[in-house]
Amino acid sequence: MTDLTVSTPLLPSAELVKAGRSGNPWARGRLPVLLLFLPPAILLFTLFVILPMGEAAWYSLYHWNGYGSPQQFIGLRNFQVLFNNAAFTQALWNNGLIILVSIVIQIPLAIWLAMMLAHRIAGVVVFRLIFFLPYILADVAAGLIWRFVYDGDRHLAIYAVLAVIVWKYFGFHMMLFIAGLQSIDKSVLEAAEIDGATGWQKFRHVTLPLLGSTVRLSIFFAVIGSLQLFDMIMPLTGGGPSNSTQTMVTFLYTYGVTRMQVGLGSAVGVVLFVICVTLAFGYKRIFMRND
Amino acid sequence: MTDADTSTRTSVATRVYLYVALSIIAVLVLIPLLTTALGGFKSLGELRTNPFGLPSTWYWSNYTDILFGDRYWRQMVNSLIIAALTVFLTLAVSAMAAFTFAHVRFFGSGFLLNYFLVGLMFPAATAILPLFIRIRDLGLLDSYWGVVLPQVAFGLGMSILLFRNYFRNLPEELFEAAFIDGCGYIRFFWYISLPLARPIIATVGIISFVGSWNSYILPLIMLNSESKYTWPLGIMVYRGEYGTNWQLALAFITLTILPTIIVFFIAQKHIIAGLTAGAVKS
Repeated sequence: MTDLTVSTPLLPSAELVKAGRSGNPWARGRLPVLLLFLPPAILLFTLFVILPMGEAAWYSLYHWNGYGSPQQFIGLRNFQVLFNNAAFTQALWNNGLIILVSIVIQIPLAIWLAMMLAHRIAGVVVFRLIFFLPYILADVAAGLIWRFVYDGDRHLAIYAVLAVIVWKYFGFHMMLFIAGLQSIDKSVLEAAEIDGATGWQKFRHVTLPLLGSTVRLSIFFAVIGSLQLFDMIMPLTGGGPSNSTQTMVTFLYTYGVTRMQVGLGSAVGVVLFVICVTLAFGYKRIFMRND
Repeated sequence: MTDADTSTRTSVATRVYLYVALSIIAVLVLIPLLTTALGGFKSLGELRTNPFGLPSTWYWSNYTDILFGDRYWRQMVNSLIIAALTVFLTLAVSAMAAFTFAHVRFFGSGFLLNYFLVGLMFPAATAILPLFIRIRDLGLLDSYWGVVLPQVAFGLGMSILLFRNYFRNLPEELFEAAFIDGCGYIRFFWYISLPLARPIIATVGIISFVGSWNSYILPLIMLNSESKYTWPLGIMVYRGEYGTNWQLALAFITLTILPTIIVFFIAQKHIIAGLTAGAVKS
């Protein structure tokens, strides 16, 4: 692979570098590196991410139990069934509610804690560690733990789910805000102080605007994370009682996977995909253009 | 920290407020965890009457029975094997691909990078049924690879992005100097890029390890026999089997999350930095 480089050591350096970057594909072993380094990633990604997504779109038009090949074409009937299914609309509603709570409760809580931990007092590191701890635990373990803590009232199940989500994820958002706060220029805050700004004014008019890009990032993660919630719900409520805590993915699992209704399950996947991609693209385009 | 100057001026009142507020939140975070760990030491009867307090008698057998059985260890080993394979493959495949995006100019490079970045947009759950059918048709159902390969594939978008950004920020002079010394791309990758990329290797490694270790939906769908179960599947089954015998389930949960907690406290700086910086940098 290095023959060429060894055989032409007398070329002027500038040309040598140029030769490697353009023109002759063999220069510096450019072709071998492409042939060796790219195919594993392309193969894995195509086989296990892109093709399955395409297949989900295809299967969603069929009634199919997963054996043989899909034959019974039913057009958009699976989607029609979905949107007329009370459990699925409940799931959509719950996903929306989870996003709302993540944004309205979790993010302000995270900012408040990050601000408190910005003070130089003893024990800051310990508090930071404790607050981050739930985030590294598996969702399944968190769900089971809280299942035991709650054990009882089933009417407020969805609120229980929301509380556990905040318990599990606020530490992650708090760390984002701690990083965001550290990048704020202290002299701006000092200037505000000299101008006689109170604590709240400093926060409202200096800190918060400067945290803008972190807030947008934090909301982005909250939204994407909320949409794929599954692991925590299964041990906590399993989607019940009477489907009141279903999310899109628990619905997909309960009605698609366990009953091997490939068409219906794939249709849920397609809906989830469209929502994720639309939100991700739209959000990035509208709110994160300059970040 | 932001308010470096406040160190001198943090008034007593502020300090009291900070400690009270922070302690309340810390207690709310820790209570469920302590309840779980203590619950594992209680008898079923006591668990009903006194779910949150200290046990009146400490039943060590709940814990020791699990530790001396092979079920717990088998699940830990399964999780470890799957996580190790996932980390290794993710690092190898994404570092190589990212290197070509960062340093080699080729036709369609921009398009190809965007192709991988599509993977950042949606979770594995969206394609879980076709994925199951593919793994089944490849004969990989109920094998470690049936979990590892999809996990690696879905982690590629993020990992390639992190590696590429890092490689691109390596000083250009390094590259030119190596070229003049007659170093080809592959040797450059192996001897210069990779050794310099240790921080980002740690970041990507931590993200994919934690993701794999805690993953539930993929093992749930791909693994059938209990001898291959990872621990998140294992605790669900255990809990199902022992039904209302919560004291056993609690002991089992405590033991399964214990390694995570220990590793977290040992390597907290790296883990927190890896998991949050990874999110910010991509």
